[in-house]
Amino acid sequence: MIGVLALQGDVREHQRALADCGMRSTLVRRREELAEVDALILPGGESTTMSRLLATFDLMQPLRARLAEGMPAYGSCAGMILLCREVLDGQPEQRQLAMLDAVVRRNAFGRQVDSFEADLDFAGLAGGPVRAVFIRAPWIEQAGLGVEVLARVPDMPAAGSAAGRIVAIRQGCVLATAFHPELTGDRRVHQLFCEMVQESSGAAQKQAPGRTQVRACR
Amino acid sequence: MPAENSNVQRQVGTARVKRGMAEMLKGGVIMDVVTPEQARIAENAGAVAVMALERVPADIRAQGGVARMSDPDMIAGIMDAVSIPVMAKARIGHFVEAQVLQALGVDYVDESEVLTPADEAHHIDKFAFTVPFVCGATNLGEALRRISEGAAMIRSKGEAGTGDVVEATRHIRSIWAGIRSLAAMRPEELPAVARELNAPLELVCEVAAAGSLPVVLFTAGGIATPADAAMMMQLGAEGVFVGSGIFKSGDPAKRAEAIVKATTFYDDPAMVAKVSRGLGEAMAGINLSDLPTGQRLAQRGW
Repeated sequence: MIGVLALQGDVREHQRALADCGMRSTLVRRREELAEVDALILPGGESTTMSRLLATFDLMQPLRARLAEGMPAYGSCAGMILLCREVLDGQPEQRQLAMLDAVVRRNAFGRQVDSFEADLDFAGLAGGPVRAVFIRAPWIEQAGLGVEVLARVPDMPAAGSAAGRIVAIRQGCVLATAFHPELTGDRRVHQLFCEMVQESSGAAQKQAPGRTQVRACR
Repeated sequence: MPAENSNVQRQVGTARVKRGMAEMLKGGVIMDVVTPEQARIAENAGAVAVMALERVPADIRAQGGVARMSDPDMIAGIMDAVSIPVMAKARIGHFVEAQVLQALGVDYVDESEVLTPADEAHHIDKFAFTVPFVCGATNLGEALRRISEGAAMIRSKGEAGTGDVVEATRHIRSIWAGIRSLAAMRPEELPAVARELNAPLELVCEVAAAGSLPVVLFTAGGIATPADAAMMMQLGAEGVFVGSGIFKSGDPAKRAEAIVKATTFYDDPAMVAKVSRGLGEAMAGINLSDLPTGQRLAQRGW
């Protein structure tokens, strides 16, 4: 069962995308609910609001612990911000889950009038470019050596200051996009995450019983 | 990176980008603020956005006079103070105020009945803008007319500046009752209803098929307590605007945070009870029934 963090944001769109991929999903707002899920999506929304509610409702530590055990996670936009090690242009109080060795810049493309959509090549996804919707989106300013870069804004003059910026990454079981695949009908990114979840649960079953689950994804 | 198939041209202001912005606000609280300090209090309390304005609706009511778009300096000050989205209000039909707000870089324009209308026949052509618009509605027909003009988000109007939730309740119920009734109809019944609603048939068919509006639906106008916010969410609002209810109360920071929590846990009475304790005075408010018809803001717009 995949959980969708439901403190705030476009939760229903992620649930719909998972349903289209044939996966059941459930809402996560409490520690007990977090304990029940095998994987978690952190949706788009307002990262300062989510960060604050994670702290207020004592979800930060348990979520970090689950992620450290190797629970697969996918964050879009605000979710990506929460998963990164460090955030630029955030609030001083903003707290990070720090599961991705990457520095993320909040509202990097500008304000809402600069929000846009464009086609992106996405490593490992067959079937041509992905239509990506960026809404007051972040980008990855710096990615560590263990981080796989999956998509960038095309490095062409038309892309302006955004040219070549990293907008999709993966590190082990954790996937993150600066854009919102849940807002388009294209389910390939969610399909990729579902495959990561299945891989991870397959690998966990092969381990000796009683042992803590270790990072199962590559 | 290969780019032969790629449309690297950035497309701004598409319906998906405008409506998508509202999707990201769902489950959240948007707070009216009149100073950068209030904006920071709102951000720290977990607001998903702030509405920058010169006077909260309760003061507009008390002071009277023509209510217009806020001073650009004041809006810019609030935009500099916080990192969350900043919305601002333009008068109904005042497309130049909206142009000014877009030029300032605000994240959403509220074409609002709280300000004095500038046009008695025409709302703003919202398709002409890159910045998205939220508009008020008291019923389904009004919501669909605003969407057909390009609104990317709807809020039920309620009665702003009263602290009385009764109109918010009436309007959110009315919008959802309209949607449910459409969803239950046979296809050949929809054209007659579209005429009755005075809304485009295409949009009526879309709502009937989906069982929901094609844009996000928030509520506004009279929300003053965590329980008010939770009731609106249970009645089908996807998020809450709080105007005078926070900064006209005894302890704004605490009340703001409590309303945020109650909006997230709207279906958990124990949590709503917990966050409702020790908040101090709510805004005094005005009973809607004491308000002369001529002073009701929800009647502005059509």
